Amino acid sequence: MKILTAALSAAALLAAAGCGGGSGSGASSSGPIDLRMTIWSANAKHLALFDQIAAGYKKDHPEIGKITFESIPFDSYTTTLTTQIGGGNVPDLAWIFESNAPDFVSSGALEPIDKDPDLVPSTTTNWEKDGKLYAYPFSTSPLGVFVNTDLVKAAGRPAPAQQIASGTWTWDEAAKTAAAVQAKTGKGGLVVGDFDYKGWDTLNAIWSGWGARPWSKDGKSCQFDQPQMVDAMTFVHKLIFTGKGMPGPGITKDFFAGDSSMVLTQISRAALLEKAKFHWDLVPLPKGPAGAYSVVGQAGIGVFKRGKHADAAKQFLTYFSNAQNSAKLAEFFPPPRKSELNAATLAKANPLLKPAQLDSVVVKGIENGTIKPSHTGYAELQQTVRAALDPLWKPDADVKTVLSGVCSKINPLLAK
Amino acid sequence: MTLLLEKPARSDSPAARAPYWTMRRRDTLAGWLMVAPQLAGIVTFVLVPLGLVVWYSVHEWNVLAGTFEFVGGDNYQALANDQQLGPVLRATGLFSVGLVVLNLSLALFLAVLLNQKLRGTVVFRTLFFSPVVVTLVAWTIVWGFLLQDNGGVNAFLHVFGINGPNWLRSGGAAMVSVIVVQLFKNVGLNMVLFLAALQGVPAELYEAARIDGASAWARFRRVTVPLISPTILLTMILTIVGSLQVFAQIAVLTQGGPGTSTTVLVYYLYQQAFQFHHFGYGATLSLVLFLIVLVLTVVQWQMRKRWVFHEN
Repeated sequence: MKILTAALSAAALLAAAGCGGGSGSGASSSGPIDLRMTIWSANAKHLALFDQIAAGYKKDHPEIGKITFESIPFDSYTTTLTTQIGGGNVPDLAWIFESNAPDFVSSGALEPIDKDPDLVPSTTTNWEKDGKLYAYPFSTSPLGVFVNTDLVKAAGRPAPAQQIASGTWTWDEAAKTAAAVQAKTGKGGLVVGDFDYKGWDTLNAIWSGWGARPWSKDGKSCQFDQPQMVDAMTFVHKLIFTGKGMPGPGITKDFFAGDSSMVLTQISRAALLEKAKFHWDLVPLPKGPAGAYSVVGQAGIGVFKRGKHADAAKQFLTYFSNAQNSAKLAEFFPPPRKSELNAATLAKANPLLKPAQLDSVVVKGIENGTIKPSHTGYAELQQTVRAALDPLWKPDADVKTVLSGVCSKINPLLAK
Repeated sequence: MTLLLEKPARSDSPAARAPYWTMRRRDTLAGWLMVAPQLAGIVTFVLVPLGLVVWYSVHEWNVLAGTFEFVGGDNYQALANDQQLGPVLRATGLFSVGLVVLNLSLALFLAVLLNQKLRGTVVFRTLFFSPVVVTLVAWTIVWGFLLQDNGGVNAFLHVFGINGPNWLRSGGAAMVSVIVVQLFKNVGLNMVLFLAALQGVPAELYEAARIDGASAWARFRRVTVPLISPTILLTMILTIVGSLQVFAQIAVLTQGGPGTSTTVLVYYLYQQAFQFHHFGYGATLSLVLFLIVLVLTVVQWQMRKRWVFHEN
């Protein structure tokens, strides 16, 4: 009994310590200030650039000791980050997915930061609350379609660039091209990057062409059962199971290894084509029944209130994201700054892409694009929709019934 | 004759006082010192976390906001109203029953087979045991590739003209897949335990049974099984407890899907606590798991009196 009492007392103390977090905003220490930022990239080139920027900052800031960029695997990024925060190991800064933005912004976990007037308004929407900006929209990356033009040609289909020129680059035509490639070459047609029949939110890049949304703008009601979404998902279902233009569940086709004719993904993946053994092109998303559109994926960098050095972290973020460094970062991460959002600046940082590609996909994409879906409690919504959508990925699925089922599952969550 | 009674010495006189550090006390202290590291480990890594889990289960902890509020029995009420819990417990039960039955049967079958004095048994023993030492996640990732629709398993079946299912994408097949992946990972361990037990069965008993005209099956049922029943009990307890704690295979292979067909209790509590940030509810679910393991272990331990054979 005594042991149990002691254990519970220790538990209480540990719990109190555990939820206490860091030492609070702007806590000072006697030695040099070490800053830690969590990121989800482990790319050596990305890390080298970050270290270069950090070294530049430290030259003029002798009070700063080490600036560490801690890579956390993409798949478990948010889980690991929140576990670190829960354990009191709060980083000073962190990349945050656009889908989790409402959770981080509304919880009050982040410090407000200065809003640079140079930022494109559409890029900051996700990170604002009550007129204040809570994260810098660091990477604003539009989705485009990378095309293996060799496979398209082998299938006897017109190249997407030709179709854009003739105004016929639509989802129907893209589906025909994908099906033809599969039928004539045996390679995959269209691959949706990071979808894998689990990351359903990446299909946003398709259903937006039908004007569909997963939930209403105020986030309170499900829209999976609306006609636009039913039409869009019927198109996707037919693409997979009727036209065979998209690899089915459990089948992997890697575009970058030359295994499929098109991949719908963010332009930052262009670096994977540096040593491609096939001819390729980058084109905007095809037109949908609702017309031309673009979709943008985004990451923000926020400063944690409960980090040990919140003030120093804010100052570093200001430097990290200034115009000069933003231009350097544009090599990998499209900038949210009006002054840099032009083909000339982007071309310097992206030698693999032609100015016309950058203008049509990146510049216009960011200016006119809609950000991928987000909501408070996104992880639970994501998982619930994933489970409810699973019956859709069968040849004989009734699309409308499945999508109604999705709504019945997530409406209680949206109403919270 | 005068009887002189010697005055007894006062018990508190220094000369008569017994030394404090008697042999018995020294032995007791030595005993406590020897178990102290283990005891400290149990307190630190078992009792304190257990206390913490109980503590968390009556709180709601918003990690991002940094708030930690007492909510009393709210999480237990949520548990009672959780419509997802039924399917989760069903999936957990299905996985456990499937794994325990297959694992123990196969392990015993292999042990009996490899207990024969035949050439090559050492090679096969090593072969079946080797997955035990392979990293669990690496093992599961490789199986993930093999079980894809266009993966190695279906390619192999295709050789025999069989169109295999999409193993990880259809409910029944996904559950079978995670059971089989776990089965082949750990069957070697139970096999080795059974082998050790089989080698302890006296040959005279088989000889006597053979003289009495017992068939091979009768010898197995009447001699082998009773004599290795303590090992059967041990492996059964270990396998059941292990099966209730399955996590990595689910996380890597199916992420609880398709639908929620492979969402077992540990994966569900991981989702609630670490993905959805319902730490209080996650703690409540982990107490449910603790109670299930406790009850099953106690029941098995009590049942041993009915079927486990002890020579004494």
